[in-house]
Amino acid sequence: MAQTPYSQTGESSPQPSPGGMTGILRDWASDRQTFRQVPWGKVMMWVFLLSDTFIFGIFLLAYMTVRSSTPVPWPNPSEVFALEVAGQTLPLFLIAIMTFVLISSSGTMALAVRFAYARDRRNTALLLLATALLGATFVGMQAFEWSKLIAEGVRPWANPFGAPQFGSSFFMITGFHGFHVSVGVLFLLIITRKVLRGDFDLERRGFFTSRKGSYEQIETMGLYWHFVDLVWVFIFAFFYLW
Amino acid sequence: MAKATPTDIDDLETADLPEMDLYHPKSFLTKWVFSQDAKVIALQYATTATLIGLVALVLSWLMRLQLGFPDSFDFIAPTDYYQYITMHGMIMVIYLLTALFLGGFGNYLIPLMIGARDMVFPYMNMLSYWIYLAAVLLLAATFFVPGGPTGAGWTLYPPQAILSGTPGREWGIVLMLASLALFIVGFTMGGLNYVITVLQARARGMTLMRMPLTIWGIFVATILALLAFPSLFVSVIMLLFDRLLNTSFFMPHIIEFGEKLQYGGGSPILFQHLFWFFGHPEVYIVAVPAFGIVSDLIATHARKNIFGYRMMVWAILIIGLLSFVVWAHHMYVSGMNPYFGFFFATSTLIIAVPTAIKVYNWVLTLWRGNIHLSLPMLFAIGFIITFINGGITGLFLGNVIVDVPLSDTMFVVAHFHMVMGVAPILVVFGAIYHWFPLITGRWLNQTLGHLHFWITFVGAYAIYFPMHYLGFMGVPRRYYSLGETAFIPDSVADLNKFITLAALVVGAAQIVFIFNLIYSIFWGRKAERNPWKATTLEWQTETMPPRHGNFGPQLPRVYRWAYDYSVPGAKDDFIPQNQPPAPDEEAAPTGAPPS
Repeated sequence: MAQTPYSQTGESSPQPSPGGMTGILRDWASDRQTFRQVPWGKVMMWVFLLSDTFIFGIFLLAYMTVRSSTPVPWPNPSEVFALEVAGQTLPLFLIAIMTFVLISSSGTMALAVRFAYARDRRNTALLLLATALLGATFVGMQAFEWSKLIAEGVRPWANPFGAPQFGSSFFMITGFHGFHVSVGVLFLLIITRKVLRGDFDLERRGFFTSRKGSYEQIETMGLYWHFVDLVWVFIFAFFYLW
Repeated sequence: MAKATPTDIDDLETADLPEMDLYHPKSFLTKWVFSQDAKVIALQYATTATLIGLVALVLSWLMRLQLGFPDSFDFIAPTDYYQYITMHGMIMVIYLLTALFLGGFGNYLIPLMIGARDMVFPYMNMLSYWIYLAAVLLLAATFFVPGGPTGAGWTLYPPQAILSGTPGREWGIVLMLASLALFIVGFTMGGLNYVITVLQARARGMTLMRMPLTIWGIFVATILALLAFPSLFVSVIMLLFDRLLNTSFFMPHIIEFGEKLQYGGGSPILFQHLFWFFGHPEVYIVAVPAFGIVSDLIATHARKNIFGYRMMVWAILIIGLLSFVVWAHHMYVSGMNPYFGFFFATSTLIIAVPTAIKVYNWVLTLWRGNIHLSLPMLFAIGFIITFINGGITGLFLGNVIVDVPLSDTMFVVAHFHMVMGVAPILVVFGAIYHWFPLITGRWLNQTLGHLHFWITFVGAYAIYFPMHYLGFMGVPRRYYSLGETAFIPDSVADLNKFITLAALVVGAAQIVFIFNLIYSIFWGRKAERNPWKATTLEWQTETMPPRHGNFGPQLPRVYRWAYDYSVPGAKDDFIPQNQPPAPDEEAAPTGAPPS
């Protein structure tokens, strides 16, 4: 054990990283931080999202299973989700707008992160607000779609168009996703307020955690928001296109 | 909770960890009740888990009374018996063992052993405990609602879990499911803390490959939990909808008392898959921290470095990985495609390889070690023996053709109680005897401790060895009473009486242990600092018990791995991790991957 494989004391390693797999392992296993210079909150968000991926993945797997286990035919999504606009029946019309809105909100979120790192408080706040508004619009349209389906008689336990599992899994999974979006909107508004007030520059402490925040929180928020968007893409594909 | 104010002491080395903000509690309330200190949260977790665990212990007594002396206890009706079984299993596995290992030992040991001042998100850590408490209270409430707790068995299989013949169909099952969902939410908050603290808040020099195996075990178990609990969460939500909203996720077309229910088209097997995708990793969520802790107990009390440290770490990681691809071995009799059985039997038996590596390494650590037969060591040796026993019967049950006749017999009960009941609990006891001086500054009474160990260890064998035999005889599990059964000989009844007597005695020994804990907190013999002469950082704190913030003005700096015991040429037979290398000492072993 005379050999000293790498810096043991935690000083920044004098010799260059060997690169490749060895380099990755060496960096990961080094002292203090596995992910150097990455804020705690950001690592936490990644791990949380990994866990949340399992939740949504299992929801969708369960949906696929009940869809194939039920003997009653599955309703045709082009008809169930169609919207009548100006006397014309347009399949997937509402959902196309909803998806567009949510994907756009990812764009504004990404821009907000960029401006946050530039310490441009005004633009950051505006873009965060825009993201929150787009998110709220999405939830609003989802509520509209829910009430349309409910008015047509779709219930968690019954469905005039075919298998009752359609109603149950649709309400459960889009509901769970909509809950994620709503929580995201709430946090976007809170962070917008913090940015506007300059909390991150003044090192003001949080109400609950009494910790100082930083502009990196906007990136962490962004991770969550992009994740919620990505999940929607899958829900969209599985419910509306299949 | 905004009462907790940021620290004003200037001795915290903020440059070391810019994000670490400590809060100094101002009042009794923020210090002991709504505390954000991981050590206090750990004690809160441990106390709550122990209290609800005592309920489960009493339930097991009642079950054994019924099995040992059927027809003697009027107050135990068949429905009561099912409720006891369900609550005993659920409490022991989730609310006691998971919470105790991760919420209790994890919270206490992670920051101390890796040289951090606290968990990285203390506020969330506090929330985690309070949500856990709410889950426990909700669970306990089921004893008092109309109809009592659910009697669905701890696996809660639909359709029977929510049909009207099952006890607790009205309230019990709903509260149980809600409690589980809450538990998972609370656990996720704590679990994120444990993982991120290990990843991002280690002391200088504390590389991953210098971490004590305790931390490796808790770390890997927490990752398992964060990935396995989602599966339980989803199935719990869907079962709740099936029960409350009459959805049919898990409910097929079904006729009850001659009446067709409005369910139809769901998949009961889906629930089993989801449940066991959680359920099998859950076994390792309990076992892997025990593996880690027992490694440290053995090394410390045999004054010898752990044999094959790197192999131990990799074995933990491989066991964790494999635990996600073996779940359907709980479902051999559920009606799967036979090829699935082949796959899952193979992956199950492969787990024996890393597990056997660990057992060999423990034994080889003891080999020619300076073994001190202290209480932690006794419990550690007890664990190794019990784990080998339970593991070997696991090989029986992992094989499809052996499992099919043994399914739902007492053999299964004996197997899992040995491997994930007795074995981890022995480690819990060993760990408590080991770390009690650190936590309280006092010794547990050693005489009572020895009494506790021998009764528990010998008693556990008196309970579970005959149970294997009962299983081979074909005695089914979960039966309220055997009645007149042609293939079961009369001697089974005598054996059942014997097991019941043993169970009563072992349970009583745990009461003695609880008494010992309470007595010793106040009147125990005072302990000197680092009484076991251990190398790990939690014993090197300025004060014992460690104060808020864990370490003194300077965070410790780590120069070596956790197992420098009996190093030739060293002054003492142990070198703490934070002791700088002597001038003439060769570079300390790191256990790090070679470059």
